Amino acid sequence: MIRVSHLVKTFGTFTAVNDVSFDVAEGEIFAFLGPNGAGKTTTIKMLTTMLKPTSGEMELDGLDPRVHQNEARQRFGIVFQDPSLDGDLTAAENMEIHGVLYHVPRKVRHQRSEELLKLFELWDRRGDQVKKFSGGMKRRLEIARGFLHTPKILFLDEPTLGLDPQSRNQLWTHVKKINETERVTVFLTTHYMDEADRVAHRIGVIDHGKLVAQGTPKAIKEQTCTENLEDAFLKLTGSTIREESAGAADQMRQFAKMWSGGRR
Amino acid sequence: MSAIYILWLRELKRYTRSRVQIVASLGQPMLYLLVLGFGMGPVFQRAGAGSYLQFVAPGVIGMTVLFSSIFSGLGLLWDRQFGFLKETLVAPVPRLQIMIGRTLGGATVAVIQGLLVTLVCVIAGFRPVNLVIFPVVLVFMILIAAVFAALGVAIGSSLQDMQGFQLIMNFLVMPIFFLSGALFPLAGLPKALTWATSADPLSYGIDGMRSVLLGVSHYGAALDVEVLVVVAAVLLVFGAHRFSKIEI
Repeated sequence: MIRVSHLVKTFGTFTAVNDVSFDVAEGEIFAFLGPNGAGKTTTIKMLTTMLKPTSGEMELDGLDPRVHQNEARQRFGIVFQDPSLDGDLTAAENMEIHGVLYHVPRKVRHQRSEELLKLFELWDRRGDQVKKFSGGMKRRLEIARGFLHTPKILFLDEPTLGLDPQSRNQLWTHVKKINETERVTVFLTTHYMDEADRVAHRIGVIDHGKLVAQGTPKAIKEQTCTENLEDAFLKLTGSTIREESAGAADQMRQFAKMWSGGRR
Repeated sequence: MSAIYILWLRELKRYTRSRVQIVASLGQPMLYLLVLGFGMGPVFQRAGAGSYLQFVAPGVIGMTVLFSSIFSGLGLLWDRQFGFLKETLVAPVPRLQIMIGRTLGGATVAVIQGLLVTLVCVIAGFRPVNLVIFPVVLVFMILIAAVFAALGVAIGSSLQDMQGFQLIMNFLVMPIFFLSGALFPLAGLPKALTWATSADPLSYGIDGMRSVLLGVSHYGAALDVEVLVVVAAVLLVFGAHRFSKIEI
């Protein structure tokens, strides 16, 4: 479903993604793990038409996202690292706009919107403005929205960041359920290794732009002779802390936190 | 088309739901209108130029449309990182449609704000000289809104951080307002100021509104319309180009 070979992205002299190749099969849940600044988000951005790769090949459901941009966009749903809901609008209205932008026919739009909002336990709050939602509810709504146009692939970029264990657990239960019922391929990134271990069928570990390991969680643990994925991850990527220079987005993220009183 | 419509509708819904913001945004124009209008009135009168309230009202209306429309565009900076815009940028819709929908929405809201302030002006004692041609003032409001919504989009697409926003505010938005002749007559100014005011597109917008509301004009209504249409067209093309280059 997703095919990436020899993908490279350089920003000036800095190589963010360095010769990365992997395949994700249809219906698979693939976790892309790596320390901060390893190239996870950059890879997602390239796969989702937001960034042009320097070199290499990509395929989403047999389509090159660079050439068939809109066709590719129709085939995936994405939940970004930063929130992307309109807080002034209601949950139902956020779904409605998404449906219109993705050319979902009115009837299907309403029916599927209802199904998804019920599935993600948001139906009773559909008429409320999104700014009154908790972090977990917002995340659930974003995922429900990502499914509205029946995508074949769902990208989740650190969807559980800042959520409490209850919300995280509930979120993954929903994702797993929809992965099974609709055969959606899921490509996710997270910093919580236990989540990846529990949810993902296969894992890829990226560090300094290079893919250092890939396989089932079990295979990776065996390969590194470790008990759990956290230890395996540390063994693969070392324990030095990555000093990321705070870019403009990070500064604004701080600002946003200040404004929302620390809530996401 | 449906994408343009739904994005336009989104801007309108957001506007009508933020009641506090609507009231707050009327504060500044009212301050200018009431304090300057009545405070400068006696001096203006003594200089033989008539009622300052009459004179400044079109300027205050123009100011409202300017701020409202340019901020809708500058809001892109925020919207593309933390807002809904990112969601629209990966949707299978041409960028141009997204830009048009958003800009039209911002411009519509700006015109509504302008009409609200017009109402406030009338309550404060402002009287248009000719009620028959009064609706023509809408043409100028729409043109001003189009020019500055497009300018806002062009800048908002290029801005990288919040500091840039402050810079634009102090070195572009405020000068556009102060150099527009919103607060003083354009005739008989020093050469440098004459040059600066005639390079400011808002001058033509406010002059156009004065020609409709007061029956007096510095440049002539025909030239006002021409300049505004040309500037709006150029800025819309430029804004669309900048918008198509946004990377997130």
